[in-house]
Amino acid sequence: MAHVTFLEAIRQALFEEMERDPAVVCLGEDIGVYGGAFKVTAGLLERFGWERVIDTPISETAIVGAAVGMSYLGLRPVAEMQFMDFIACCFNQITNFAAKSYYRWGAPVPIVIRGPSGGGVHGGPFHSQNPEMYFVHTPGLKVVYPATPYDAKGLLKSAIRDNNPVLFFEHKFLYRRIKEEIPADDYTVPLGQAKVRREGRDLTLVTYAAMVHTCLEAAEQLAQEGIEVELIDLRTLLPLDRETILQSLRKTNKLLVVHEDTKTGGIAGEIAALVCENAFEDLDGPILRVTALDTPVPYSPPLEERFLPNVHDVVRAARELARY
Amino acid sequence: MKISLRREQYLELYYYMRLNRSLEERLVTLFRQNKVVGGLYSSLGQEATSVGTAYALEKRDWMAPMIRNVGALLVKGYRPRDIFLQYMARYDSPTHGKDGTSHFGDLKERHVISPISMLGDLIPVMTGVAIAGRYLGQNIVAMTWIGDGGTSTGAFHEGMNFAATQRAPFVCVVENNQWAYSTPVRRQVPIRNLADRARAYGITSYIVDGNDVVAVYRVAKEAVERCRAGEGPILIEAKTMRMKGHAQHDPAEYVPREMFEYWQARDPIARYETFLSRQGLWTEQEKQQILDRIEREIAEDLAFAENSPFPPPELAEQGVYCEDAYEIKPEWQRPIEEVMPPKASVQAVWQVEDFGGIAEGAVQVIEAAAAPARDGTGRRQVARTPQRGKKKLSARGKGR
Ligand SMILES: Cc1ncc(C[n+]2csc(CCOP(=O)(O)OP(=O)(O)O)c2C)c(N)n1
Ligand SMILES: [Mg+2]
Repeated sequence: MAHVTFLEAIRQALFEEMERDPAVVCLGEDIGVYGGAFKVTAGLLERFGWERVIDTPISETAIVGAAVGMSYLGLRPVAEMQFMDFIACCFNQITNFAAKSYYRWGAPVPIVIRGPSGGGVHGGPFHSQNPEMYFVHTPGLKVVYPATPYDAKGLLKSAIRDNNPVLFFEHKFLYRRIKEEIPADDYTVPLGQAKVRREGRDLTLVTYAAMVHTCLEAAEQLAQEGIEVELIDLRTLLPLDRETILQSLRKTNKLLVVHEDTKTGGIAGEIAALVCENAFEDLDGPILRVTALDTPVPYSPPLEERFLPNVHDVVRAARELARY
Repeated sequence: MKISLRREQYLELYYYMRLNRSLEERLVTLFRQNKVVGGLYSSLGQEATSVGTAYALEKRDWMAPMIRNVGALLVKGYRPRDIFLQYMARYDSPTHGKDGTSHFGDLKERHVISPISMLGDLIPVMTGVAIAGRYLGQNIVAMTWIGDGGTSTGAFHEGMNFAATQRAPFVCVVENNQWAYSTPVRRQVPIRNLADRARAYGITSYIVDGNDVVAVYRVAKEAVERCRAGEGPILIEAKTMRMKGHAQHDPAEYVPREMFEYWQARDPIARYETFLSRQGLWTEQEKQQILDRIEREIAEDLAFAENSPFPPPELAEQGVYCEDAYEIKPEWQRPIEEVMPPKASVQAVWQVEDFGGIAEGAVQVIEAAAAPARDGTGRRQVARTPQRGKKKLSARGKGR
């Protein structure tokens, strides 16, 4: 066991996968000599050389396109977006080339696209976004968004070994703030499985990524008031672990969904529909959402604080729901 | 580079070009009979470019066809039935009806990558193929095609530039067929030769008469071998003409009649027939044999295609994700130790030889190339430097 940061866990996953399998290569902007804007790839070039750690031009479309092409020859490229906000620049390669390849003509695309996302670090409108839902709407992709070092490492390994294009979101707020003991030996965390982070009987709180930590804090407070929250960390958004959500809901009969993504079109809406379709009779109250505002991510600290959901927002919504 | 063809190869080139055309003629009939699902695209007039370039590839090499590269697909080993089935959306088609037209491929045997409709996207993808092939020690070359219009996309630029920085063994064939749907090439780019763009990427380019299959083949072969030797990427501009509308629904009334006449007189198949006869490369009897063979093959394949069922509806729900059990295995043709530590380990520093300046106080003017000719709108395009404070003069009118 070793005590590592979220960032170090991701670096270890890359390192160990490259060590294990020569088909794994990394490409992206400033990932080699510099070791990445956040140093996630530090040390990879020294160890694995120029052919396996490729510093590219500033060309997101070329990065993802080339990764797709490499994967057709059996490689497992891991492409870095310097910030996940820039994934908009290669939307077409991801949604039209990579996602549809296997369905259309049977050619799997085992690539991973990973990079830092999320707010809370005053990065402004273009360095703070949560663009995951653009991709959750695209059949053929898998979308992963972990909350802990253990999961980040295990899920990234699974993502690299997966035969499909996987988008791996790394919440940058967690990079150096969250630490955890993780096993020294090789382990994976399966894609598509949510995790119950805290058991409770009063209401189900579904969330993911950095909001897991916000919600855990809220759950502590709520417990002191006698409200026992069952907290589900989705970990993977696509495919969604419907069973874990429904099972918990059938026990607590109440559902609160929290995410840092904006409200309209966020996954909370999808989960609400899932529950209405499959467990309407089990609901004892409205399905509530706590999310970011439906605005771009603002820059100035007071504005961003207003934009992001916080512990207080979660506690308030949970109290309201508990009254039913 | 000395590139010669054996007599059988000359005849094979003819076979593929003629097969390309005859099969597309048959597709037009099917379209009129309402048996084609969706639109029908034609490569009429461009057969020499497709066939000549693809013919330069070896079996191990990779290609990705665009919609007008039926000829290239035939050269790489697909049969007319595959094209019929794709256009008719039948179950036995390479995609089982999940996609149409030239949107299919084969990773295992033929090394063909399916395009998507979005133009330009194949350029980075084939760059990746080329880089992966080199990494695995396969000594392969990747080739794709793009239209004059497609070169205006950002993906084209990003892909070419990345390929160039990587010196990827990649041949990009620009099929300049003068039109992108209804838009003439002059409205895509203000330069005469699309190949000129290669200079900005610091790569080699060729311009070739795209309606001369032997010239096309020679150029492509040279480019492919130069790429294999590490001189890639290379861009080839083939000057040709789209002899029909964008697709079957489009009567192409926007194309001046004289332009069609000009190119009709340069039809690649008619020219090649004359060439083969003049060079004494075939007898009338051999020609007839080829035509009979094509006739027979098309009839057989069409019968097969027409008898193929439509896919069962439940297929729509299947195959979105590739299961874990599916084994993906790269084919290593170099020792794996070379890419593994400690052998792969390096010192992570950039070698910077040139510090990037120019002579002190120096100014350099790089004039635009000769002003482009009329752009087809009757306006003359005039290069001008905007002058501060003065109202910009309109470029309309008769010109100077
Ligand atoms: C990115 C993109 N935008 C628009 C289209 C629609 N479209 C399909 S073909 C075409 C014209 C293509 O012209 P060109 O690249 O010269 O190829 P050609 O049809 O002449 O072979 C257009 C606009 C497309 N396929 N992709
Ligand atoms: Mg064109």
